[in-house]
Amino acid sequence: MTTEFYRWTENTWKSPDIDWRKGQTITCGIDVGSVSSQAVIMVDDKIYAFCNTRTGSNSPDSANKALSISLKDTGMKPEDIQFIVGTGYGRVNIPMAKKAITEIACHARGANYMGGPSVKTILDMGGQDLKGIHCDERGKVTQFLMNDKCAAGTGRGMEVMAELLQVPIVDVGKMSLDVKEEPEPVSSTCVIFAKSEAIGLLRSGWTKNMVLAAYCSAMAHRVVGLLERIGVEKEFVITGGIAKNIGVVSRIEKELGLKVKPLSPDPQIAGGLGAAIFAKDLLLKSRKTA
Amino acid sequence: MITAGIDMGAKTIKVVIVKDNKIVARSMNPTGFEPVQTAEKTLEEAIKQAGISRGDIKKILTTGAGRKSIPFADNSVTEVTADAKGINYLLPSVRTIVDIGAEEARGISSDASGRVLDFSKNDKCAAGAGAFVESMSRALELTVPLMIEISHKSTKDAPINATCAVFAESEVVSLIHTKIDKADIAHAVHDAIASRVCSMVRRIPIEKDVALIGGVANNTAIVEAMKKHLGVEIKVPEKPEYVSALGAALLAAA
Repeated sequence: MTTEFYRWTENTWKSPDIDWRKGQTITCGIDVGSVSSQAVIMVDDKIYAFCNTRTGSNSPDSANKALSISLKDTGMKPEDIQFIVGTGYGRVNIPMAKKAITEIACHARGANYMGGPSVKTILDMGGQDLKGIHCDERGKVTQFLMNDKCAAGTGRGMEVMAELLQVPIVDVGKMSLDVKEEPEPVSSTCVIFAKSEAIGLLRSGWTKNMVLAAYCSAMAHRVVGLLERIGVEKEFVITGGIAKNIGVVSRIEKELGLKVKPLSPDPQIAGGLGAAIFAKDLLLKSRKTA
Repeated sequence: MITAGIDMGAKTIKVVIVKDNKIVARSMNPTGFEPVQTAEKTLEEAIKQAGISRGDIKKILTTGAGRKSIPFADNSVTEVTADAKGINYLLPSVRTIVDIGAEEARGISSDASGRVLDFSKNDKCAAGAGAFVESMSRALELTVPLMIEISHKSTKDAPINATCAVFAESEVVSLIHTKIDKADIAHAVHDAIASRVCSMVRRIPIEKDVALIGGVANNTAIVEAMKKHLGVEIKVPEKPEYVSALGAALLAAA
């Protein structure tokens, strides 16, 4: 079998101390992104379970897969969930969702939950897009900017580079920092051209680590360019898969002269988490009117 | 007088030798990682073909992305200037030139004497260049000639955004999964690149006649799609990939 270097780690988590049967509200957010999908289940105000998995060829299947993985070993069934909100690129195609909300709103809400009210700027580095978002202390979006036209600076771009260099994508960040001195960033914007450039650099004697450093730093530079158009206010957080790439994150920090506030339990679930919080709001509202 | 033009393209290097205003040799090789050596080799091949010796060449002009890297050349000209000169020699009625190379596309407006009036170009993104076609042929698991052939048999439109070659590759894979006919996908791919190139070309005035040159001009499916998008007839000269090198050789004689 050939190794799929682009494959990042799929993960799932379940709270050991919440009994969902005692919960007043059980809601779920499903984020079907272009590359990854997440389901986040909330019981009252707490994250009860989540899963992060690869998006398949169609949105309903990906949503189902994410939901069933996150429900595994919980005893909870899909019908126990009182309100589901869908978000992400495939949000209009999530059959079990009662409502679809844009991922911009959801990322802000999810980042606000994980990072607290001090979070003002969110950079979402997704599989196929890049968003700079400003929000208020309640996680409401005040401004945003996005690039979804070009793979430069996105997770897909990083996957392509990992495949080319035959480096597992989860190791890219660490390896890129293991260089004697920081090389010049890759100069091509387009990922297709950056690939040829990378091959040329390897041919001229660069190590894989140096090429990765050059690519991570080009990516950081591109992202900072987008961020500067909306401005960066503290606290600053990064959501999406690239938030887990220390090579890109540390270079963004260096270029901005600003620390990124880490998000736990997982920066990649921000969209799904935000959707689950919106689901809870909607559920409470529907109970009030009922 | 014998002169040579060398087009140092991103993907291929082309050489044209001109003797007394007539083309006497053409040769081409993949650029590879040693462009200077490839240029040397390609020039030697053309010299052999022309039946001349190196000393007979009075002047060598380079053009293309790597034009400044050739130590044995006398000087260099931009692709834009070379294209306008080359097409003026081959098809004098042409006033608008669209050049689609492996990694760059250009729109050039020129006058009756082959002088450049205006131009626009894209060298930042593969979505409007030959690299896009190649990456799509990989995604479709078809050779480029086969992809062109089946594209002409398409009967339906396939939905493809294709703003980015990397994203388009995933799009093509999911279209294949949903059992969309490969002919329709191939057609959509050609249409997408033509639409990208045309929106770039529209930044300059489009005056008839219009010619398509560069390696991609050999792709009949793209020529068809370009005609549709620009709404004009499109002329393709013989051996369109050599026009820049020809222009450089002609300018060397001027």
